[in-house]
Amino acid sequence: MTATALKTHSLSAYYGDFLAVADVSMTIDQRSITALIGPSGCGKSTFLRTLNRMHEVIPHARVTGEITLAGENLYDPGVDPVLVRQRIGMVFQRPNPFPTMSIRDNVLAGVKLQRSRLPRSEADDVVEQSLRSANLWIEVRDRLGKPGAGLSGGQQQRLCIARAIAVQPDILLMDEPCSALDPISTLAIEELMLELKSTYTVVIVTHNMQQAARVSDKTGFFNLAAVREPGRLVEYADTTTMFSKPKKKETADYIAGRFG
Amino acid sequence: MATIALGLPATISLTRDHVRRGRRVKNQVATIGVVSVFTLALLPLVSVLWTVLTRGLARFDGEFFTNSMRGVLGEGGGAIHAITGTALITGATVIMSVPIGLLTAIYLVEYGKGPFARAVTFLVDVMTGIPSIVAGLFAYAVFSMILGPGVRSGVAGAIALTLLMTPVVIRSCEEMLRLVPQDLREASYALGVSKHRTIRKIVLPTAMSGIVSGVMIGIARVVGETAPLLLVAGFTDSMNTNLFSDRMSTLPVFIYSQWANKGVNAAAYDNRAWTAALVLIAFVLSLNLLSRLVARVFSPKVSR
Ligand SMILES: Nc1ncnc2c1ncn2[C@@H]1O[C@H](COP(=O)(O)OP(=O)(O)O)[C@@H](O)[C@H]1O
Ligand SMILES: [Mg+2]
Repeated sequence: MTATALKTHSLSAYYGDFLAVADVSMTIDQRSITALIGPSGCGKSTFLRTLNRMHEVIPHARVTGEITLAGENLYDPGVDPVLVRQRIGMVFQRPNPFPTMSIRDNVLAGVKLQRSRLPRSEADDVVEQSLRSANLWIEVRDRLGKPGAGLSGGQQQRLCIARAIAVQPDILLMDEPCSALDPISTLAIEELMLELKSTYTVVIVTHNMQQAARVSDKTGFFNLAAVREPGRLVEYADTTTMFSKPKKKETADYIAGRFG
Repeated sequence: MATIALGLPATISLTRDHVRRGRRVKNQVATIGVVSVFTLALLPLVSVLWTVLTRGLARFDGEFFTNSMRGVLGEGGGAIHAITGTALITGATVIMSVPIGLLTAIYLVEYGKGPFARAVTFLVDVMTGIPSIVAGLFAYAVFSMILGPGVRSGVAGAIALTLLMTPVVIRSCEEMLRLVPQDLREASYALGVSKHRTIRKIVLPTAMSGIVSGVMIGIARVVGETAPLLLVAGFTDSMNTNLFSDRMSTLPVFIYSQWANKGVNAAAYDNRAWTAALVLIAFVLSLNLLSRLVARVFSPKVSR
């Protein structure tokens, strides 16, 4: 029924010889929020970073398997990772606005660095649109020229979201976007995610199960058998099913807070 | 329950005098030690500055900054030819060593992996330790090979100084580029920005203040060099603004020659040497101040 945004086929990710994530096959629905949960170190971030080819930025890191986006394998030799990342944006755990740039320039960074010229009126539109979508416009509209690093942590994270959506990606990946934030900022970002899913496909990593339950449509549970063992996708289902009647005992134990 | 288990005394005395007194004595001894060593280290520096200032001021006049030594025997004369020479040669050195140094640093930090990068790092380390006279001899040999023996020119001096300055620039730029958080590079990649644009538009601007002060430190390192310049740029009493032909005086060489070849009126030569020394020190100091200023202008804008 719902269209597929992204599909992985037996995807494995390595750091050198170390297999961090093994054999993940999952389908991510378009215009929905997919949450990835699991204990620390089970490869959630690693898996998320394979989705927009950010994994290979780390020296000696590599990926096997396939990811299809609209029928095209992102890991085909001919595919340019830079173009992949233009379509699949990412928000990181720690807010990381560019310190040399103003709020306005932060929002425009992706657009300006991808293409060279952008007429001023068009740039103004992009800035306002993106900041509005990130629920930040009202707070910053009269200090767009001020440094982005001067904002609070929660505002910085929303600035990073605005920066990511300014380049108009199809998919937005978020790696624990609230873990460095206070509860109020967390709530603001959760509300924002729910708004974003009408336009974007959102994949969020979280170690906070309540958060996954609150915002996501589908949840994937990752786990690893032991330290130095690869992480695997244990169970993947609708969030309501997952949290009410999980199929696997492992999942039930994790959700009940018995480990992790 | 828990309090009893921890075995805390019923009342904790906050004024245990014997402990406090012991700590106070130790603190005083340490303070006296640190301050006296610091004073000892500062003494020569203050003495040098004082001496140069008092003796250099005698000839710190208009004539010094407008005249060369052409036809001057005894009193009068100036060092404009040496100041010009220092400016030209240092300028040429900066033009050569900053691009080479910055590009090498970018290569080492952003691209360099494996044996070639390690070899470059090793060579930079070796170059850092080259005695300046060896750099001078190298430039001398190169120019002798091309233009015949004994040829002296400003550009040969600049080549020798480039050899000395480039490793300093590489080292400091490398350090500054490594200080740029990986987060920022990843943030840029995640926006679909290519690597070379990320380096140009994100990494370099973020590191710019450090790079600029690194270059200033490099300039300060070479501006006082004497030996290689004496060897390859030579010495002259006259103004020469052409880097590519004839001898060219510089401030350090001027100081040396004034002191070494005193004429009849020895005091006049000494005074000129001190004034030139004062100019040199003032130049290095203002370079330092300038680099702080520039660092502040370029530094990432946080809060406010
Ligand atoms: N840059 C790296 N180099 C080597 N190993 C890494 C690196 N990043 C993560 N790992 C390893 O990969 C595994 C999965 O890590 P990660 O994806 O960060 O887990 P999670 O996000 O679920 O906490 C861990 O064993 C971790 O030690
Ligand atoms: Mg993680």
